[in-house]
Amino acid sequence: MADDPKPEGTPTPESAPAPKPEAPPAEAKPEAAPAEKPAAPAAKPAPKPAAPKPPPVMETEPWEGELPDALKAEFGEQITGFLTYVGQSFLTAQVGAAVPIIQYLKHEWGFDYLVDVTATDDPAKPERFELVYILYSFSRNERIRVKARVKEGDKPPSAVPVHTTADWLEREVFDMFGIEFEGHPNMKRILMPDEWQGHPLRKDYSILGMDQKWVQDNLGIESGQ
Amino acid sequence: MPETFLDSTELVLNMGPQHPSTHGVLRVILKLDGEKVMGTECVIGYLHRGVEKIGENRTYAMFNPYVDRMDYVAAVSNGLGYCLAVEQLLKVEAPPRAQVVRVILTELNRIASHLLWLGTHALDVGALTPLFYCMREREDVMNIYEKYCGARLTTHAFRIGGLIYETYQGFEQECLEFCDKLLPRIDEYEELLTANRIWQKRLVNVGVLTAEECKDYGVTGPMLRAAGVKWDLRKAQPYSGYETYDFDLPTRTNADSFDRYIVRLEEMRQSVRIIRQGVGRLEVGPVMAKVPKVIKPPIGEAYVSIEAPKGELGYYIVSDGSTQPYRVRVRPPSFVNLQSLDKMCRGGLVADVVAIIGTIDIVLGEVDR
Repeated sequence: MADDPKPEGTPTPESAPAPKPEAPPAEAKPEAAPAEKPAAPAAKPAPKPAAPKPPPVMETEPWEGELPDALKAEFGEQITGFLTYVGQSFLTAQVGAAVPIIQYLKHEWGFDYLVDVTATDDPAKPERFELVYILYSFSRNERIRVKARVKEGDKPPSAVPVHTTADWLEREVFDMFGIEFEGHPNMKRILMPDEWQGHPLRKDYSILGMDQKWVQDNLGIESGQ
Repeated sequence: MPETFLDSTELVLNMGPQHPSTHGVLRVILKLDGEKVMGTECVIGYLHRGVEKIGENRTYAMFNPYVDRMDYVAAVSNGLGYCLAVEQLLKVEAPPRAQVVRVILTELNRIASHLLWLGTHALDVGALTPLFYCMREREDVMNIYEKYCGARLTTHAFRIGGLIYETYQGFEQECLEFCDKLLPRIDEYEELLTANRIWQKRLVNVGVLTAEECKDYGVTGPMLRAAGVKWDLRKAQPYSGYETYDFDLPTRTNADSFDRYIVRLEEMRQSVRIIRQGVGRLEVGPVMAKVPKVIKPPIGEAYVSIEAPKGELGYYIVSDGSTQPYRVRVRPPSFVNLQSLDKMCRGGLVADVVAIIGTIDIVLGEVDR
């Protein structure tokens, strides 16, 4: 936005509206463009920033209501935020509090169905992984997410004692991201071969960077990449 | 007490990965005491293609056909879930006509998926005939798809924002004809199977998973409804206008393989009801919403799930504002449901393992992704 008026403003104001704009010329031309200098830059940015200017951060709204209030009272500082985006509510918590929160939600609020456990990776951040637990309550017909950031090498507690579903889901997170869960009954790879090196869904794992040695040893082929 | 004829110790037996009853490449390690199953362990991943990693390296539109390859038996449902998730991020909605066509095609797909399940499940349990009948009916659905978009299995029928193809001439007619034809055929299957003593002996009280256990294991879809939980995302959190259709959710209470069979048959009848209503609603109108050529959702994340034929199919998509998703997570129903295999098999017989794998209705393409 800041760049736009300068290249337009430096040439003569007459030539400015001529080359590009589609919507404004109808207004700008009859107004006798050379006379009013501020009119040209004012008319220009008006149609442009309205559509293609996505905000640089997620446009969240605070999540308010009975449930976040109760969680705030129960866990206090351990929960760092209650947010809503496109009508979907989620909370961010410290990693140690994630499983207690899930347990509390299950027993006190009827969130008895753990839909999914997954993670995202952002190597630029000091706590590079974000664990995402998706919970659903049959009685309330409500779905929420619990998110917690994890450092490389951290061992977050396992949710298996609370929801048996977490067994395979956490194994997949371990397989794909290399996050080990403390107290998981069977922490090993699930989709990739056991001897595979590397964790494919990490951002620094190239899509072409497969474990060449494993492929050659076990399949006897060149991978072709 | 007579002396034991033959001392048996615990035996470890490998089933699969190419056993015909595993519906693909599933390997089950069975711990047996005689014929009794003491425990199982699933080894999966033979069909792993890294779909989620591919998604991060493709644009939103380019990834759309890939999702069809997960649950290839219900490719249309996969596509619907993905399109809805991206539309949620873009904050656009498909036009009414597109939504109706989506519902019709998705319900046809549910019928096709259940038909294939019925045929193969019956085959596993020893009834050969239903397979041919089911394939015959499924062929009609495939023909409708072929005429609609040129593909039969991995259809890529939907686009982000609506549909790319208008329906062809005679689409409504063919859908209705198929519905009329299917209902008596379902009765025929019932005549073949429901009261059949062998069928009942193999399925009744086999693979019981109660409602509590279902929730604990995250099991959804027909398995949950056979356990008496009247829950279906089409009713609970409607999408694509499902709230305006009139249909029932069949439930049973025994939570065994036989009840799942009854529930799935009834679901096909309900799908027929939905298709008939949908065809009656087709009005002239646009089929594509206003979606930019280059899809760049604003920074954000969304989890959108639909009721696929096998259960809750969810997409968790994180956008960083670029043309490629930052993360695409697929919550596959088959993967989560398969986890309950061990619970259902324990204490049963080896022969029941085959029936139980069949009753879960898994597609390995979706389990392994």
